[in-house]
Amino acid sequence: MRRRDFLTALGGGITVLLADDVIAQESGRGGMNRQTPQDVSAWLHIGEDGMVTAYTGKVEVGQNARTSLSAAVAEELRVPIASIRFVMGDTDLVPYDMGTVGSQTSPTMWPQIRRAAAAAREMLLDLAAQKWSVERSSVAAANGKVTSGVHSAGFGELTQGQKLVRTIPANAPLTPAAEWKVAGTSAPKVTGREIVTGAHQYPYDLKRPGMLYAKVLYPPQFGARLASLDKSAAEAIPGVKVVREALASPRAGFGADLVGVLAPDPETASKALAALRADWTPAPAETSSKDVYSYFKRNAGGPASSAGLTAYTIAYIAHVPLEPRAAVAEWNNGKLTVWTGTQRPFGVRSELAGQFRLSEENVRVFMPDTGSGYGGKHNGDAAIEAAILAKAVGRPVKRNWTREEEMTWAYYRPGALVEVAGKASADGTITAWEFHNYNGGAAALRTPYAVSGAREQSHQTPTPLRQGSYRCLAATGNNFARECYMDELAHSIGMDPLDFRMKNASNDDRLRAVIEAAAGRFGWKNRKKTAGRGFGMAAGFEKGGRVATCAEVSVADGVVKALRVTEAFECGAVINPEHLRNQIDGAISMGLGGALFERIEFAEGKILSNRLARYRVPRFADMPVIESVLVDRKDLPSAGAGECPIIGIAPAIGNAIFDATGQRIRSMPLAPQGSIGSPSA
Amino acid sequence: MANISELDVNGTRRRIDADPGRMLLSVLRDDLNLTGTKYGCGEGQCAACTVLIDGQPVKACITRVESAAGKRIVTIEGLAPAGKLHPVQEAFLEADAMQCGWCTSGMILGAAALLGRNPNPSEAEIVSGMNGHICRCGTYPRIVRAIQAAARKGGRA
Repeated sequence: MRRRDFLTALGGGITVLLADDVIAQESGRGGMNRQTPQDVSAWLHIGEDGMVTAYTGKVEVGQNARTSLSAAVAEELRVPIASIRFVMGDTDLVPYDMGTVGSQTSPTMWPQIRRAAAAAREMLLDLAAQKWSVERSSVAAANGKVTSGVHSAGFGELTQGQKLVRTIPANAPLTPAAEWKVAGTSAPKVTGREIVTGAHQYPYDLKRPGMLYAKVLYPPQFGARLASLDKSAAEAIPGVKVVREALASPRAGFGADLVGVLAPDPETASKALAALRADWTPAPAETSSKDVYSYFKRNAGGPASSAGLTAYTIAYIAHVPLEPRAAVAEWNNGKLTVWTGTQRPFGVRSELAGQFRLSEENVRVFMPDTGSGYGGKHNGDAAIEAAILAKAVGRPVKRNWTREEEMTWAYYRPGALVEVAGKASADGTITAWEFHNYNGGAAALRTPYAVSGAREQSHQTPTPLRQGSYRCLAATGNNFARECYMDELAHSIGMDPLDFRMKNASNDDRLRAVIEAAAGRFGWKNRKKTAGRGFGMAAGFEKGGRVATCAEVSVADGVVKALRVTEAFECGAVINPEHLRNQIDGAISMGLGGALFERIEFAEGKILSNRLARYRVPRFADMPVIESVLVDRKDLPSAGAGECPIIGIAPAIGNAIFDATGQRIRSMPLAPQGSIGSPSA
Repeated sequence: MANISELDVNGTRRRIDADPGRMLLSVLRDDLNLTGTKYGCGEGQCAACTVLIDGQPVKACITRVESAAGKRIVTIEGLAPAGKLHPVQEAFLEADAMQCGWCTSGMILGAAALLGRNPNPSEAEIVSGMNGHICRCGTYPRIVRAIQAAARKGGRA
């Protein structure tokens, strides 16, 4: 849909388009042939009925972007949140967007939506002043109405059937945080009622008339190639179709050979999949989860690290979104529509266009609010499978991944080897610092502490598993290694870890503020050591936020239990305090899994941790008492909050285990078999 | 064995034609379009698929449909009369005890059953009673608070 077509479809009322430099720059790096206007990042429409509809390419995966963005509109437009409808993640209707990634919704989309709403409000005030022939300054908007003295009108009435369109610059002024009325308060989740009643339809739940259910044949091991296929037994089952097609872009470990079975019900599709007779050519596996860290080191690029560094290992882990990948695809007259759960609807649209050599305007991707992502749903695997199979059989096709498929064929947070060396003088000054990450990535590679002459390097290596984005990605492992090593340095000079951090965080007042806030609320200075108990702390920055974490653990017969966690978090002006606390709880929970027991075990190209019975994620009984301290900086722009709060928990627990036991564990997870001291692989 | 031809779901007799060995979850979601009951693992590990059978919580992903025949099945769609909310649903809303919401149906039914057995559970009893449920978003502390709030209001199933 081109801009003219889009505006025609919107009908009468007020439309505000927000020009955006960021998006214009992004267009140089891809996303060509987009249907939606190329230089506009957000739009908002007020209908003649007064209904407010806002459009964004961001999506909702549980982080409550739908609620925070609705609050942005409510704040500037002076309407109740309940009267706002948000269209999200529908590539035919919303502005182009790179994706809901990197904690960017709050720092970029949130102010843009507010600017669009503020401009719409000013247009309404202009219309009212004209209509009533009153001073512009006497007109005010509140509660979805515009008033001036005896005059009052709803937003829709003021447009009087006109069609008003305005494009505003991306730097239009905004209401300062100190004057917010809706933003900054704890608006409840806007879709809460649909969720507690089971009414919300997630991608996994969607159906289309006449659709078939699909299953896909996956190799028994990464890299194995299909040597021969006998589909006769499957095709003999009534109602079953078997399709073999090629992927335009081979998938790591899977290749390009897509074999799918289709049936009118999922039961029959499963039977058909089991009835396929396939022979596979195995692929030699170069490493396993036992020796992958030396594999990284052996195959690394870049200048070598010095000898004698301290090694930390970070296991591959899985996102385990509780809703596995799912897609429904439907073809109509050469145009493809796919409903799927992805953090990058426009990215998936490009994948689909590439697969079928279609122009992007013939592909529509729509993402209903989805059952979580955590960085794990960036691509369109299920969408591609569904679309290929739907095209082959000429009917809508539903492709829901199983848990085992999700845990085997999605992608993982990279495993990593981190090597560190440093020295501290007696007064706590860090005099030497060297830090290398192999395979994990560069996020949080740089220390936030004042160190002169630091050498910090990220080394690319081949990866035996398919790897990709994750909540904070490499910052989880890099903060673990750095903050545990900071603890080692503090102990080497007999300095309290709190004093050591405060001394060396001298370049970052925001970091010092969260360290002080966490330590203060936790009672760090008054902590009392008892047998089997330990205390640890960690701090860091990521995605524009600052975080400090203090943890108390018990260790009994090697079994580690996180008892109490205090986390202070500063991400600029707080948009929604309760939802921010909810994100902190969630990040601590997810971080606790990676800290203590989550890891993907693999050998001979097979994922051994391929079910929840074989991959432990945190449960109710694993949770510590969490106390979150929100450091609200109304003078700073809001930063995203879904990622940064995850980075402190693993090192804080590692340091607390050392405090309790004197045992320095330099691996994530710290207690893979449920306790420390058990074999680490 | 003959196919199962009828289920009592949310107070209504529903006609089905299902192999007795099929899992209840698939019959609810695929045959009866009751998609409020969620698939999370298919191995009874996460309890996203929890429904009530004669008031008891069961994991529908590992429950054969034949074992539910002739019994009263309650799914999230039928927990409260149309247009009303169960006290546990209200408590989850008030505590904002969810993020993505995929686990929420199972959590609410599990909590309603827990309060049916034990109207005034301690925090430790809530933790042990709900420990079979996974919330990957990590909203556990809020869920505990929601169940405590529902208990104070008398939130039995």
